[in-house]
Amino acid sequence: MTGNRMDAGADTGFETHEYDVVVIGAGGAGLRAAIAAHDANTRVAVVCKSLLGKAHTVMAEGGIAAAMGNVYDEDSWQVHFRDTMRGGKMLNNWRMAQLHAQEAPDRVLELEEWGALFDRTPDGLISQRDFGGHKYARLAHVGDRTGLEMIRTLQQRAVALGIDVFMECTVTEIFTERAKGRPARVAGAFAYWRETGRFIVFRAPSVVLATGGIGKSYQVTSNSWEYTGDGHALALRTGASLINMEFVQFHPTGMVWPPSVRGILVTESVRGDGGVLKNSEGERFMFNYIPEFFKSETADSIEEAEGWYTDKKNHRRPPELLPRDEVARAINSEIKAGRGSPHGGVYLDIASRRDADFIRRRLPSMYHQFKELADVDITAEPMEVGPTCHYVMGGVEVDADTEQSLVEGLFAAGEVAGGMHGSNRLGGNSLSDLLVFGRRAGANAAFYAMRNHDRRPALPDEEIRAAAARALAPFEEEGGENPYTIQKDLQDVMQRLVGIIRKADELRESLVEIGRLKERARHLTVEGNRQYNPGWHLALDLKNMLVVSECIARAALEREESRGGHTRDDFPKPDPEWGAKNLVLTLPGDALDSDVHLEHQPLPVMPPELKTLFEEAKPAPEPGAKPEKTGAS
Amino acid sequence: MGYDLKMRVWRGDAGGGALTDYSVEVEEGEVVLDAIHRLQATQVGDLAVRWNCKAGKCGSCSAEINGRPRLMCMTRLSDYEESETITVTPMRSFPVIRDLVTDVSFNYTKAKEVPAFAPTPRDKDGKRRMMQVDVERGQEFRKCIECFLCQNTCHVVRDHEENKEAFAGPRFFLRYAELDMHPLDTHDRRALSQEVAGLGMCNITKCCTEVCPENIKITDNAIIPMKERVVDRKYDPVVWLGSKIFRRDKREEVEPS
Repeated sequence: MTGNRMDAGADTGFETHEYDVVVIGAGGAGLRAAIAAHDANTRVAVVCKSLLGKAHTVMAEGGIAAAMGNVYDEDSWQVHFRDTMRGGKMLNNWRMAQLHAQEAPDRVLELEEWGALFDRTPDGLISQRDFGGHKYARLAHVGDRTGLEMIRTLQQRAVALGIDVFMECTVTEIFTERAKGRPARVAGAFAYWRETGRFIVFRAPSVVLATGGIGKSYQVTSNSWEYTGDGHALALRTGASLINMEFVQFHPTGMVWPPSVRGILVTESVRGDGGVLKNSEGERFMFNYIPEFFKSETADSIEEAEGWYTDKKNHRRPPELLPRDEVARAINSEIKAGRGSPHGGVYLDIASRRDADFIRRRLPSMYHQFKELADVDITAEPMEVGPTCHYVMGGVEVDADTEQSLVEGLFAAGEVAGGMHGSNRLGGNSLSDLLVFGRRAGANAAFYAMRNHDRRPALPDEEIRAAAARALAPFEEEGGENPYTIQKDLQDVMQRLVGIIRKADELRESLVEIGRLKERARHLTVEGNRQYNPGWHLALDLKNMLVVSECIARAALEREESRGGHTRDDFPKPDPEWGAKNLVLTLPGDALDSDVHLEHQPLPVMPPELKTLFEEAKPAPEPGAKPEKTGAS
Repeated sequence: MGYDLKMRVWRGDAGGGALTDYSVEVEEGEVVLDAIHRLQATQVGDLAVRWNCKAGKCGSCSAEINGRPRLMCMTRLSDYEESETITVTPMRSFPVIRDLVTDVSFNYTKAKEVPAFAPTPRDKDGKRRMMQVDVERGQEFRKCIECFLCQNTCHVVRDHEENKEAFAGPRFFLRYAELDMHPLDTHDRRALSQEVAGLGMCNITKCCTEVCPENIKITDNAIIPMKERVVDRKYDPVVWLGSKIFRRDKREEVEPS
């Protein structure tokens, strides 16, 4: 369904659609949610800002983490759960981490059922590769383009089921019914077709947010224009809460040169498949950065690390495969100490360690990307890489089992939801997160809609008119600011003051700066008309970026410790007291320019039977390697 | 290292438009999409362009650059002389919406016409087994990023709007081939690919292969083998007889969805 229909009434008119479930976002989580809602026999629509199949999920490279045990029999959900919690520095919502580890294998097999062609083990099963923070080779993959495979599979499934997709259509508001004496509940959503600028009203009791992340608020990022925190902002305005917003993942390896590609992702599979990090002195510096927390499971000599690739039984993991937060901080320190590469990164070398055929077969899109965009042949020379803003661990606070937020009928899944990954996400756990919680959110949104079948929420016309007026405001203003300029200034503030390493005074400064930007953003001017106008689209997205950035900075200033994706120069160590707390953000007014409100909240406590999984975390039951089964081909 | 790049960009909508001249500052190592973005941010805020990943993985920023169908994010400025004017126009085979954005809904309509994958039952342990060498053929086709440059270039529709009804285009021949070569698929879509998707209209000029940013050998590896399979089924008496007597081909023929 595209937007170039011209029957939608006059300029201020709108078309109306009625559904049981409206899913916002068509990445992995959104499509999986829509499929689940469809399978539950409800009427479901997917609404997405881009064309179908272009969502950010296509950028995921490495794989889908799932303890299927195809390469190592010893793998189980318990081990995956433990890896996930330790990777998140124990700040994860334990129940989400448990469900994720338990259900991921079924979700992967389901993709295969729908046509995905994963790489195989020699006995024909889905192959699984090594990744940072995962004890066993666990990532189901297709070369280094797993995200593309996943989105295409889900897309084709959704098409086969006949699910309605509203492409290039942006949701600006979620309507709620606020009847006296009852909690607010979802009534629908307001959107515009990007093609024509015309408005659409969705009447629906359930909305699933699957809008992804916030990375576009940073200068150096692997994220696309769509990543403006829309779902985070929509949730806040609707009355839901956000947690863990201080935790932003900087992927250790983004491209650094040429300038135009700075930030584009270089998959962790390069390291999983044997690549190592070196500084300008040629030193494998990761050995100098092994934290106490991971000492028992990390190799402390080159000899031991080298042995691991072929004999996992008698060797510990190379430090290059520590969780992402550790590696990103180490790279950052090397560059700061003056041991960086000419373009301000470090070297990632697989050329001298694996033969050219292997590299081209296992990492085809990396080979292509460097060749085409940087004139670098990764089979012959090292890559230059540095940290890039990649993922936000924080997001909408949801019930672990149903993915429902504090607002009735409002669900969230995937990157826009918080809790699952704690303070740091392991590579490969994102794609599995999308599938596991996408399905749960879609199914529960459908059940909620069915339960409320006889009491559909009311949606008064004046609310619709008010939403239309807010969306058109940038056309009314004359002599206001250019939205592109404010976006650029925001990216500069976030990069400089709320980046990998943070300090109290800089965070305070960032809040002042964000306040100024919010003030400037009250008066935006866009040129042209409503037809496919990127300036107007940005003007509307920008308000989301600003409020989400404020959430990140507020929470980062409050949390006086270092943990996972949040590093404070002035509080360099983790603090057990902080380790038992979430920071919860809400928006007291419903206007995006009101100030966010912050509260402390105790972390849900893990039941004793799961706690025991961490007690036996000594040098670990040895992975009984079956080396003849590793590798894709 | 920066210089002022001269650009001509098509501006307009369904009602008409024209090439407009711009001069924009560009830096070393940049691609055409960078130049377009800078124009947008500093000179023409409403310049319409599709893009997402800016890394050649999503296939959104397809356009014609100096007449060649390409991804703007993968076209480096260093491939051109600094004095050269770079002309960017929307894909020609699809109706223009605005500026560089075209209505590609043709492709989404055709996608709905391909009957879905229909696998054999799982093995006893709940898993499925396929050999790497058998999945590799399909994997090549699944590299497709749906940039639709092949669809845009194919002369069957580029010069003959009237053929769109009966012709699905190279992107979907790839899809038919992928399903036909899938080790576990139970459907036979050969008749469909010929009769509904218009495989026979392709006269293998390989233009699609030439513009594919993923370097998929669309013609050699998908279209020609598919044509052979269609012919085998239809005309080869031995194959026909064999399938009747020995039931070698147990797949179920499917109707258009």
